[in-house]
Amino acid sequence: MGVLRMRQVSRVLSTYTADVSGVCSALYEMGGMVIMHDASGCNSTYNTHDEPRWYDMPSMVYVSGLSELEAVMGDDDKLLRDVERAAKELHPRFVAIAGTPIPMMMGTDFKGIARLLERRLGIPVFGFATNGTHSYVSGVGMALAQAAKKFCLPKEQLSGADGGQKPCVNLLGVTPLDFSVTGNVEALKEVFQSEGYQVKSCWAMGSDFEALIRAGEADVNVAVSVAGIETAIVLEEMYGTPWVLGLPVGPKLTRRVLEAVDLASATGKNQLPLALATDGVDGKTERNHRQTYIIGEWVWAMALRCSLIAEYGYDRVSVICPLESEELFADRLLTGREERISGVLDAAVRAGAFLEDEDQIEERLKDAELVIADPIYRRALPKDRAVDFIEFPHEGYSGRIYRKDIPVFIGEQWNQWFESRE
Amino acid sequence: MTIKDAGSLTPFDSGVEYSAPARGPWNIVHVGTLVPESHQVFVCAQSCLRGVVLTAAEMNAMDRFSTIAIQERNILKGDMEKLIINGVTDILNKLPKLPRAVEVFSSCIHDFIGCDMEFVFGKLRREFPNVDFTDCYMTPILRKTKFTPDAKMRQQLYSLLKPVPLEEKMVNVVGNLEPFYEKCEILSMLEQGGWQLRDINYCGDYDEYQKMAASSVNIVTQSDTLSAGEALEQRLKQKLLYLPVSYRYEEIDGELKLAAETMGLPLPDLQELKNRTDQALAHAAEVLAGMPVAIDFNATTRPLGLARLLISHGIRVITVYADSFGKEEEPNFYWLKEHAPELKISATVHGKMVVLPRNEAEQYGGRLLAIGQKAAYFTGTRHFLNMLENSGLHGYEGIIRLARWMEEEAVREQDVPSIIQVKGWGCCG
Repeated sequence: MGVLRMRQVSRVLSTYTADVSGVCSALYEMGGMVIMHDASGCNSTYNTHDEPRWYDMPSMVYVSGLSELEAVMGDDDKLLRDVERAAKELHPRFVAIAGTPIPMMMGTDFKGIARLLERRLGIPVFGFATNGTHSYVSGVGMALAQAAKKFCLPKEQLSGADGGQKPCVNLLGVTPLDFSVTGNVEALKEVFQSEGYQVKSCWAMGSDFEALIRAGEADVNVAVSVAGIETAIVLEEMYGTPWVLGLPVGPKLTRRVLEAVDLASATGKNQLPLALATDGVDGKTERNHRQTYIIGEWVWAMALRCSLIAEYGYDRVSVICPLESEELFADRLLTGREERISGVLDAAVRAGAFLEDEDQIEERLKDAELVIADPIYRRALPKDRAVDFIEFPHEGYSGRIYRKDIPVFIGEQWNQWFESRE
Repeated sequence: MTIKDAGSLTPFDSGVEYSAPARGPWNIVHVGTLVPESHQVFVCAQSCLRGVVLTAAEMNAMDRFSTIAIQERNILKGDMEKLIINGVTDILNKLPKLPRAVEVFSSCIHDFIGCDMEFVFGKLRREFPNVDFTDCYMTPILRKTKFTPDAKMRQQLYSLLKPVPLEEKMVNVVGNLEPFYEKCEILSMLEQGGWQLRDINYCGDYDEYQKMAASSVNIVTQSDTLSAGEALEQRLKQKLLYLPVSYRYEEIDGELKLAAETMGLPLPDLQELKNRTDQALAHAAEVLAGMPVAIDFNATTRPLGLARLLISHGIRVITVYADSFGKEEEPNFYWLKEHAPELKISATVHGKMVVLPRNEAEQYGGRLLAIGQKAAYFTGTRHFLNMLENSGLHGYEGIIRLARWMEEEAVREQDVPSIIQVKGWGCCG
């Protein structure tokens, strides 16, 4: 039998955190109760591999313990009863229920359940129709966006601008799945604060709930991952706040992101500072001409690409995004908003590809000379020759395995780390 | 609650469930890798794959592991059989060497859509006649049924054994994740009787694993793994000998006598064993000197039985962590209600466990001995016996060993978080 080109098969690679865990991760620090509607024990994946805060920072994240009989009978009553009882005992700020594969098969009406519980409990209740077949990007994205929609205060209850010289920002799309707990969130805030920008809130790590609900007081929203875009759009619709899509990696891109924030604040137009030229880079060597691939979350990968090009003179850098960001861009964000973010897709197409399947990734890496990716991707490198590989662990991919090696990649700390590896 | 207030063996209300970050127990990936030279293929949605992939990665077993991700379109199109056949075929064709055996794990979705796994395996067996295939299951939706996925996995672990003529004086131990403690009296009895023990934990290659099919007796030591022994008795005609881990002397006596009768083994001096066990426990009580003890259900299959034994030997057991108790624990349950009515029993998955303080050890100046990872986590102690699923202990010698371990851990402090977060202790840690 001949060798097939088989999609959906992973012979050597891992899999990204799923949508349901993304919901839990996004809402973790908001004081709510999050329930994965799934079989008993299925929460252990999230608690073990997707949530580095689990041991030291308690949060009411549970599994419903769905049984075979309830699934066969389509019985939602036990879920309703259990959630109601737990909420009355534990007094969460809100309740969120997120779906998994079996509720998808059952056709569980999450919106209906949320409406019913909201009436019974008198607190906000979310129903997320996740189904475990998508990545965390969509789960984080929808959870943060819905939370913003539900909790952020109306304009009339907000204070005006504080009169600072620099715009005030919110950071959107921040979870340990992309930023871990190794210092990146703190570094991200520091990049803005050290330049005089006030960080109003960080969605959703390290900000108290009161700060989150006052997100409308910011001048500009900065989506630092694809998962933050949907929230940026929600806040734009609520308050007219412009947004910037970018991540401050390396001094040049950091400067560019800060300038984009200034520009967005001044013009009210969204900015996409994810492209930089190679101009002005001295001392290029053969190393700079290596065919380079960066594999991972799209905004992160594009930011690293910018740094390699603008700060190190690399001229053949492509991005491989195995997360379903293309679908996210196209179906959920782009529709009706082409004029706002088409530049993003153009840049993505030029820079690389959205490839989800192992076969596709292996094929694309055939001409690779340098790869920057999670250590597990080493297994997808060509076997017939040596390829330079810089291990850059990603919590949303290899979980806790290489956490101690996850670098601080914000601002100039990225350069120090990269130069020590290059 | 205290045990006097517990109405039944399932004393806690079911509801939304918490998961403590104590990861020592093995999951189906760990268990499946006990079949030497086998390869695992999991067919599930991304959310379900994530945990098992990273389990394999953490145990450095990615070379023995592959996945097929189910997407929405596979459910809508009804092409699941094709997906599995093509996926497994692709994986096997690309492996550097064909494995001797393949464990194909289907998931809850397959049960609900009525996937024709018989057709799938028929096709794969024809395509790869030199590979042995078996059906395994990642079906947590069945976790609350009588036949749990874990029990099914222990059963399927031996499903690849092919019928051969049975050999006298050959016995297997079936379903255990750790070999027997070397001094257990059942081992010395077997040796003195001229019997050879086979254990999947000692099988170095697939041929050695297949030799287990020739044993005439299978010893099972846990009720949860009885189905494995029953299936082998039915399929390979191997006699099932159930010798559960127990902490009651009369039950242990009965088991040793049953083993002796069934296999023609010499019986050790039971009174001498009992005396030594009493001495070991008395010594442990002296060393512990009133130090409180907490026990969890991951440490031993009979936490109430262990509590009863320790309490009746002067050791101060204050809490048992378990969400429910098996039928075999009933005599211990009622004994404790009568003799230790203030013994606390605590759930581990109940929703409130997130918010309850985990610092009970502080009340005792840190001097609290936990038997089991969950007990260590919930009490916040640093004195901790890292015991999982009986840890190979059995019979009187098992209790003597346990008493010594308790003495050692009563005086030693450990870095609990770094130990209990390791998944599949003994397999990875």
